[in-house]
Amino acid sequence: MASGELIVKGGFIIDPTRKIDGDVGDIAIKDGKIVEKVSSSAKVIDAKGKIVMAGGVDVHSHVAGPKVNAGRLFRPEDKLFKSPMGQKGYRMESGFSIPSVFKTGYDYARMGYSFVMEAAMPPLLAPHTHEEIHDTPIIDEGALPVFGNNWFVLEYIKNNEIENTAAYIAWLLKTTKGYGVKIVNPGGTAAWAWGLNCLSLNDQVPYFEITPGEIIKGLMEANEYLGLPHSIHVHQNNLGNPGNYPDTIESLKLAEGVKAKNKFGREQVLHSTHLQFHSYGGDGWGTFCSKAKEVMDYVNKQKNITIDLGCVTLDETTTMTADGPFEHHLHGLNHLKWTNVDVEMETAAGIVPYIYSKDVLPNAIQWATGLELALFAKDMNRTFITTDHPNAGPFTRYPRVIKWLMSKNAREATLATMKNTDKVINATYIHGIDRELTLYEIAQMTRSGPAKCLGLSNIYGGLSPGLDGSVAVFDLNYKNMPKDPEKIESAFLRAACFIKSGEVVVKDGEVTGHGHKKTVWVNVKMPENPQVTRDVSEAFNKGTYTVNISNYPVREYLAPHPFVIDVDVEA
Amino acid sequence: MATVTLKPTKVPELMLEGYSIIPDAFAGKTPAQIAALPAHEGKIHVTLGDFFEVSGSAGDTAADTDIVIDGDCTRVKYIGSKMTAGTVTVNGNADMYVGGWMKGGKIHVKGNVHSFCGIAMEGGEILIDGKAENHVGCAYRGDWRGMKGGTIRIRGSAGNDIGTFMLGGTIIIENDAFIHVSTHAEGGTVVIKGDVEGRVGGQMVKGDIYVLGKIKFMMPGFKKVDQIEKEIDGVKATFDHYIGDLGERHPKSKGKEIYANLYLKAA
Repeated sequence: MASGELIVKGGFIIDPTRKIDGDVGDIAIKDGKIVEKVSSSAKVIDAKGKIVMAGGVDVHSHVAGPKVNAGRLFRPEDKLFKSPMGQKGYRMESGFSIPSVFKTGYDYARMGYSFVMEAAMPPLLAPHTHEEIHDTPIIDEGALPVFGNNWFVLEYIKNNEIENTAAYIAWLLKTTKGYGVKIVNPGGTAAWAWGLNCLSLNDQVPYFEITPGEIIKGLMEANEYLGLPHSIHVHQNNLGNPGNYPDTIESLKLAEGVKAKNKFGREQVLHSTHLQFHSYGGDGWGTFCSKAKEVMDYVNKQKNITIDLGCVTLDETTTMTADGPFEHHLHGLNHLKWTNVDVEMETAAGIVPYIYSKDVLPNAIQWATGLELALFAKDMNRTFITTDHPNAGPFTRYPRVIKWLMSKNAREATLATMKNTDKVINATYIHGIDRELTLYEIAQMTRSGPAKCLGLSNIYGGLSPGLDGSVAVFDLNYKNMPKDPEKIESAFLRAACFIKSGEVVVKDGEVTGHGHKKTVWVNVKMPENPQVTRDVSEAFNKGTYTVNISNYPVREYLAPHPFVIDVDVEA
Repeated sequence: MATVTLKPTKVPELMLEGYSIIPDAFAGKTPAQIAALPAHEGKIHVTLGDFFEVSGSAGDTAADTDIVIDGDCTRVKYIGSKMTAGTVTVNGNADMYVGGWMKGGKIHVKGNVHSFCGIAMEGGEILIDGKAENHVGCAYRGDWRGMKGGTIRIRGSAGNDIGTFMLGGTIIIENDAFIHVSTHAEGGTVVIKGDVEGRVGGQMVKGDIYVLGKIKFMMPGFKKVDQIEKEIDGVKATFDHYIGDLGERHPKSKGKEIYANLYLKAA
C-alpha cells in the first residue's frame, strides 16, 4: 500500500457499482484507497479522452501451484522464442500458455487486473501454491482448495453430516490459507483412482457410494452454513463431451430454492465455471454443436447462480485440470504428451498440450459457444470473462475475447477465415447474433460482477471511496470508439496506466513498479468440532497421508503479505 | 552472388550466440552494418564486430548472399539458424544449433559441429564434413514437431538422439551413430552408414530408417517381415525389412495399419 496522493483526471469513468457509464470525472486516491478528494499537491494522471475502470478481477485462472508448474516443466517448447531477454530491474519473463510467475504478474498488471483467483489448489500441495503466489508480482491473489473428491468430505456427505463437512472446510481453509470451496468433477476424480469416472449426476462414486449430485448439494449446504464470502465454485461432470448440456443444466438446478447466506454481499449459491466446456449438443463429434442458448435460457432465469465463460481463443495452449479422467480422454484424442498425478486422499490432476485450430470443426464450434454464452446473457453482473487459463486459451487473450464480444465485425472476420465456415454457422448461433457488448457490460463482466461473486465487492470491482485504490486507464475514447476492432484488443492488452493499491505500476503498457501484492484468504472462526479434529488427526496418525500433520499447513512465512477475511460462525 | 567474409578476431570467453550470422540478416547491409548486428555473450549484449572482422559485400536478398567464416567457430552457436536462403560456409568447427529451424539455403561446415545441428529444420541442406555430437535433426526439447524437411549429411559419426520426433526430410550419417535413432518419428528418412549401438526406432510411428552397418542391440518392438533389394544414397544392397514399433499406436490407411520401416543390411 502506498502513501501519497494521486488523482486520475478527466477520463470517461465506467463504474457499474455506481451505475456510472462514461461520465467524465476524476478519481482520487490516498494511502492506497479511493477517496472523495485529495489535496492540490496530488500527483496527476491525465486520463483525458481515455476510459477509467476499477482494477480487473479474475474469478478463475490456473496461475500457481503444482500442476501449473508441472506444465511449465513439461512444456519447454512453450517458452521457445516466446521469452524476451531479461531487462534490468525486472524478473525474467518466459512462456506463453503457462507463463512464469513473473510474467503472470506483469501481464495481468499490463491488462489492468488487480485480483486473480487461482482456481484449483490441492490442499496437500498448498505450500507450493502459496510460494508461487508470493512470487507473482503486483497482483493480489487467492486460491480455492479442491473439495469435491476429498475423502473426508465424501464420508461426511455420505453420512449426511453437513455440520462436520462445514467444520472440515473451515479447518482446511485455515490450514491451507484458502479462499473458498472448489469442486472439480465431483466424484469423478475420486473414481479416477479406480480408473473410472462419473459422467452424470447420478453415477455412483466407487467405494463411497454417493453421487456427484449429493456431493454438490452437500458442499453447497455446508458453504452456506459457514456463510463464506464465495459460493461453491463448480467444474461440473462430463466436461468437454458432445451432448453434455443436459447434465450441465441438471447440476445448475441443484441451486434451485437455495438462498445465499453471508455478510459479503454475495447473492449466488453456485458459481458454474468455464461453462463453454459444458454447453455442447450432439451425440458425437460428427454432430457436435453449441447449446449455449439452451444453457443460458436456464442461467438467465435462475438468479442465484453465476457463470464464467471459459472462451476458446484458438491458440496452442496447455490443458491442466484436477479432472484427471478428462485429461486421459483428451490424450486419447490428440495423442500428445500426457502427465497425471494422484494427490493422496484429496484430488488428482492431468496435463495435455492442446492446439485449438480455427480449421478444426469442433474447435471452431467451441470458440463460438464461449462467445455465445456472453451474448445470450441477460445479467452481465453474473457472467464473467475467463478462458479457464490456460485450458481454453491463455489469460493474455482476454482483450481478444473482449474484442469479439464488442464487435460483430471482429467475430465475422474470424468466422470467415475458418476452413468450415458454413458448417460452423450451422452448428452454432453466433452468425445470427448481432449483439455487441458495451464498455459498461465489459466492466460488469471483468470488475463489478466477479468482485461481487467472490464476496470482495467491499475491496475490488468499483471506484467508490473506501475501495482499494486500483484504477486502470485504457486508451479508448468512450465518445468515439475506434472503427477497427483490433484497437479494442490492443487498448485492453496494454493499459495506458494502471494504479495498483495506490501505486502506479504500469505506464503506457509497460511495467514500472513491482507493487505490493497481497494474498487473500478466509479464516472461519467457529467452535472446535471434536469429531473432525479426531478424524483429521487419526488420518495423519495412521499414515493415510504421506506427510506428518505438522508439515501439512501453509506456514506464515509462505504467505508473508496476507489479507485475512474473518468469517464468524455462531455455535 | 555476393560474399561476406567473417574472420574471427577473438575467442569468446563464454559461448557466443551468433544468431545474426545468417544470410537473411546480412542481406542489403554494408560490412559496417553487419559488424553492428547484435549477438549475446552470456547475458551481455555484444555485436558481431566485437568478434569478427567483416569484409566483402552482401547481396540484396538472402538468396544472393553467401557467408564465409574463415576460421574456427568452436564457441559460436546458432550459425545459420532460421535462415531461409543463401549459403553459409564455415572453414572450421562450429558449436551448437548450426542450421536450427532452418527453412532454406545451404550450410557447409568443414570441421565438426556440436549438438542440435539442424534441430526442427524445415528445409534446405546442411553438410558437415566432420562429426556431429548429439541431437542431429531432432525436435526442440519437449516439442513433438521435429524436423519437417531438408537434408542433413554428416560425413563423420554422430552421437545420440538423431531425428527425434522427425516428420519429414532426410538425415544421412556416413559413419557410426550411438543410441536413439528416430525416436517417436512420424515420417522422414534416416540413413546410418556405419554401426549403431541400439534403441533404433523406439516408439516410432511412421518413417524409414536404413542401417548399412550393424545394430548392436535391436529394439524388441520391431519384427522382421521380409528381405528386399534396395538402393539408398548410392548404395545397393539386400536389406532385412523390419516393421515397428509394435508397442506404439499406428495410423490406419484403407483399413491397414501403417508401420515404420527399418531396413538393416543383411549379413
